[in-house]
Amino acid sequence: MKETVIEAKGLTKRYDTAIAVDGVSFSVAAGEIFGLLGPNGAGKTTTILMLLGLSDISAGTARVFGHDPAREPLAVKRRVGYLPDSVGFYDHLTAADNLHYTARLMGLTLAARKQKIPAALARVGLSEVANKRVGTFSRGMRQRLGLAEIVMKEARVAILDEPTNGLDPQASVELLDLIRSLKSAGVSVIISSHLLDRVQSVCDRVALFNAGKIALMGTVGELGRQVLGGGFAVEVEAEGGADIKQRLESLPGVRNVEEPSPGRWRVTCDRDLRGEAAAEVVAAGGRLNQLSLDHPSLETIYTRYFQSTQEVRHAA
Amino acid sequence: MRREGSPWQGLGVVTLKELSDHFTSTRMRVLEWLVVLTALAAVYGAIQQVRDVTAEDPFLFLRLFTTSREPLPSFVAFLSFLVPLMAIGLGFDAVNGEHNRRTLSRILSQPIYRDALLFGKFIAALTTLSVSLIALWLLVIGLGLIMLGIPPGGEEMARAFVFLLVTIAYAGVWLALAMLASVIFRSAATAALVTLGVWLFITVIWPALAPAVAEAFVSPDNQALLVTTAQMLARLSPSTLFGECVLALLDPTTRTLGPVYLSQLQGAVMGSPLPLWDSVMVAWPQFVGLIAATILLFVGGYVAFQRQEVRA
Repeated sequence: MKETVIEAKGLTKRYDTAIAVDGVSFSVAAGEIFGLLGPNGAGKTTTILMLLGLSDISAGTARVFGHDPAREPLAVKRRVGYLPDSVGFYDHLTAADNLHYTARLMGLTLAARKQKIPAALARVGLSEVANKRVGTFSRGMRQRLGLAEIVMKEARVAILDEPTNGLDPQASVELLDLIRSLKSAGVSVIISSHLLDRVQSVCDRVALFNAGKIALMGTVGELGRQVLGGGFAVEVEAEGGADIKQRLESLPGVRNVEEPSPGRWRVTCDRDLRGEAAAEVVAAGGRLNQLSLDHPSLETIYTRYFQSTQEVRHAA
Repeated sequence: MRREGSPWQGLGVVTLKELSDHFTSTRMRVLEWLVVLTALAAVYGAIQQVRDVTAEDPFLFLRLFTTSREPLPSFVAFLSFLVPLMAIGLGFDAVNGEHNRRTLSRILSQPIYRDALLFGKFIAALTTLSVSLIALWLLVIGLGLIMLGIPPGGEEMARAFVFLLVTIAYAGVWLALAMLASVIFRSAATAALVTLGVWLFITVIWPALAPAVAEAFVSPDNQALLVTTAQMLARLSPSTLFGECVLALLDPTTRTLGPVYLSQLQGAVMGSPLPLWDSVMVAWPQFVGLIAATILLFVGGYVAFQRQEVRA
């Protein structure tokens, strides 16, 4: 069992009129990438701010490396790097000067700064523009500069709020690669996002937020089994053959078979049934054109989950 | 339960960064030129007037600050308008600027308290104001030396120096007010407009309104009470306090800032100057009032800032 670095128990944030976060509990282990996913306004950012001690906690407890962010914010903030949603820098200062300022706030000496800042900028690929004003930077470059700040801080936990928001596909792939490299350096990462598919690829575990509560939590595979009834989906395309749907349904481990269009079947199952499905198609006298295995996407899980909860609500 | 660590951690870093921002900003340069040019014009006018009118005056040098020549107001009158303008110009976007640049949450996620950020910004802006006021003060005295051709006496210099301190305290009031507005209003333009509005009201309208308000509450039979009430009300305005301080310090014949009672005139030689220390004592309550107003306004901004949500 790995060391737990962040633990939240019944974390709640009440405003005068509304509850932004309602009894959220989760924990993050060392070296894990944990995703806080959900629509805008679901309470992700508020949860993050409470973990950092930047917002008061109405009820519940939070521990970051065993420190209470409400009582020992400096101890927490020394160990945690934070990249806010659409991060801002001082536009009239250069990239290096911006980092110098935060480095001095962290209490780094001049010698340490001279060594760490170029290294951090190199790590995120901003060495060439180190002495350019941040005012000229694109959004992707600002996000990377924000990551450089976390690298420079040698934070053991990085909290990234909507890091890929507003980035073009190329820039967000690069950013996600950087986030993976943080993980391989042993940093725990919390990513909040409403872009489910983009973040799915990097997260070890995710928590799906809805209306201030965690609706679902676990690995993507676990969530798939929980919500869709199966962790795998096999897509079959074939011509000819008789009763293929019935034959596929009779296979052991199959939860459900859909036929989105004639000649195509989507099999939801507990394990990888590609071999068995191919055999069935051939046995039925069909020609197998394509066979593929899908991990269920978070998007599907999410949509399905909220569809079903809404149906329950309507039924009640 | 006590919170861990020092609230001053990072204070020096924030102050130095803000100072360098102020000194290099275009806004500061514009403000400085505005102040220097208009103040020099006023002093030049005063020197002409002093040469023409004043024959024998033991405090000739202080006349530099207070004498006006139509159509220009005196140096002091200029300052009482321009110092608030400078202070508001430096403070109105202190906190909401960080919000709007989206730097606030990133800076506050570093191991510092909010105290350091707010206090650092205040110190940096007040230092900037002080530096330009001291430069201006030296400029005026230097100009006076050259144009009048007589050196100022020790007491005159001491009075001028206390006057400088009072001016800095006066700047502090407006700076604290502007920073309070910058915490309360998310839009920098709103904060600037509100602060300027408050400044206009307090400086121009309130002193004129105070006697009318006093008349509403005090019966006109009791003239002394009426006058003192009106004066007390007018003193709620930092501009009135500044004006009274300046009067006591730069005009050594000022014996009191309230209505003069016969008992106070006993044994007094009319028109003879008070010693420096006595003049300072006359201005002391006003001076303390300016500092107290600064502290009150700053505390208001501090409390509002501590309770504010960081998220944009």
